[in-house]
Amino acid sequence: MSLPRPLPALTSDNEPFWKGGAKGQLLIQQCTRCSYYIHPPTGYCPECESRDTSYSAVSGKGFVETFTVNHKQWMPGLPDRYVLALVRIAEQDDVRLVTNIVGCDPDDVTFDLPVTVQFEQAEDLWIPLFAPEAGA
Amino acid sequence: MTAYPEKQTAITGIGQSKISRGADKSALGLTIDATLQAIENAGLKRSDIDGMACWPGGTGEANGFAPVSIPVLQDALRLKLNWYSNASETSGQYGALFNAVGAIAAGLARHVIVYRTMYEATARKTSFANALNTPGERVYGIFNWYAPYHVYAASLQQALFFNQYVHKSGIKPEQVAQIAINGRKNAALNPAAVYRTPITLDDYLAAPIIATPLRLFDCDVPIDGSTAIILSHRDPAKDGPNPLTWIEAVGSSMRYRNNWVQLDALSTQAQPEVAKMMWNRTDLTVDDIDVAELYDGFSYHTINWLENLGVCGLYEAKDFIEGGQRIALDGDFPINTNGGALSAGRMHAYGQVHEACLQLWGQAGERQVKPKGKDGPKVAVMTTAGGPLAGSFLLARE
Repeated sequence: MSLPRPLPALTSDNEPFWKGGAKGQLLIQQCTRCSYYIHPPTGYCPECESRDTSYSAVSGKGFVETFTVNHKQWMPGLPDRYVLALVRIAEQDDVRLVTNIVGCDPDDVTFDLPVTVQFEQAEDLWIPLFAPEAGA
Repeated sequence: MTAYPEKQTAITGIGQSKISRGADKSALGLTIDATLQAIENAGLKRSDIDGMACWPGGTGEANGFAPVSIPVLQDALRLKLNWYSNASETSGQYGALFNAVGAIAAGLARHVIVYRTMYEATARKTSFANALNTPGERVYGIFNWYAPYHVYAASLQQALFFNQYVHKSGIKPEQVAQIAINGRKNAALNPAAVYRTPITLDDYLAAPIIATPLRLFDCDVPIDGSTAIILSHRDPAKDGPNPLTWIEAVGSSMRYRNNWVQLDALSTQAQPEVAKMMWNRTDLTVDDIDVAELYDGFSYHTINWLENLGVCGLYEAKDFIEGGQRIALDGDFPINTNGGALSAGRMHAYGQVHEACLQLWGQAGERQVKPKGKDGPKVAVMTTAGGPLAGSFLLARE
């Protein structure tokens, strides 16, 4: 898209997520005791109450939980149509990521479509985007 | 069931400024119009008002979303208050009313002005005023997760919920359209509504798509205007000029993940637990509702509420609203009788309260609902909605 993406402000909690793409990794906070993925990251595991967490690279695979095809030109420079989606990661159903689905016609996006992460650099960040898995 | 304190509070007066697509006076001027009218309507004087509540507070930002703060209004009216509260992190826009219920129940105030002012019509003439994210700026807080993905308006966030609802329910555009068509039909009978020319199914289908499945007529209309409600203790309310009309039950819960992305059930939003709480606080049932003012910031909110209140089953609203007869003024479940936010204008759930009172007090003119076997409507339900935000309450009169 030609319009520059607005970018998130970094905190110590969200920085690994927005920078993991530098090494091609989708980093999600994980409980080191029970392995539950915690998103958004908080440093507290709501499953086992542990405060011991770290950031783990997940597979980068997921599924389209829901999506919308935008038609309205909110501001100059937007493509005619683009897909905003929530993707649930393959590792855990209750971790959803906001994203754009790229690499296909907007009309080809469907519910539960298998997708794979790719990264787009923007200033000091790497923005996770998702494209249909090859063969999907 | 008399133990719940909301039943000891009553709406005693209502007021509303002119609603327009471009006001000839300031946001504060509109708010003063509405509040003075409400005080007079309640048979009170300025000196009787000892509390004030507003949602979401006065941010003073150029977007017109929250233009009038409590300190500004208090000073303009020179009120002497014992209690006041501006708060945005509440169960939807009705959080201001629910806070006032708490204050009255706690003995902190007897007569509370609750108001909501919008100045979005004027704001949008000079800027793109609803931007959640602005290119070139870094986004702090919960919306940082949306920041890079070109999410510039609430309609995009909400479309994510609505598209899953369409997917799971199988509702068709011709059925969704009934909410907008019904609203416009009712607005034709409401001289204060901003859009009064009826629309047809063809008009609905021919209008631009905003973000699938949302079409233009599914989205409410930004306006300039102010609505004010006087919430009083039930004891002095008995002596007021309007019929005693009390808050029968509130739904104010937050039992889901209060998160626009991680919300437990996308297709129902946060409504089911809120409705359950409300019904647990009353002996009334859905069959007692005579008139329903259901949030229609987007038409799908209204459709969600029909199901989550129990008017029909989950994913059955498509049949309930088919053809529009059952939700019409003379139907068995009349909704959004003033035209709702879709046609009367985006008064952000407070237009609904104003209208419910007019209906309960028999003052709704040509659009007055007349329930079969009663001399007038006795019970109204009002709701708000928006992803993780939801609130509801019942109003009942003698």
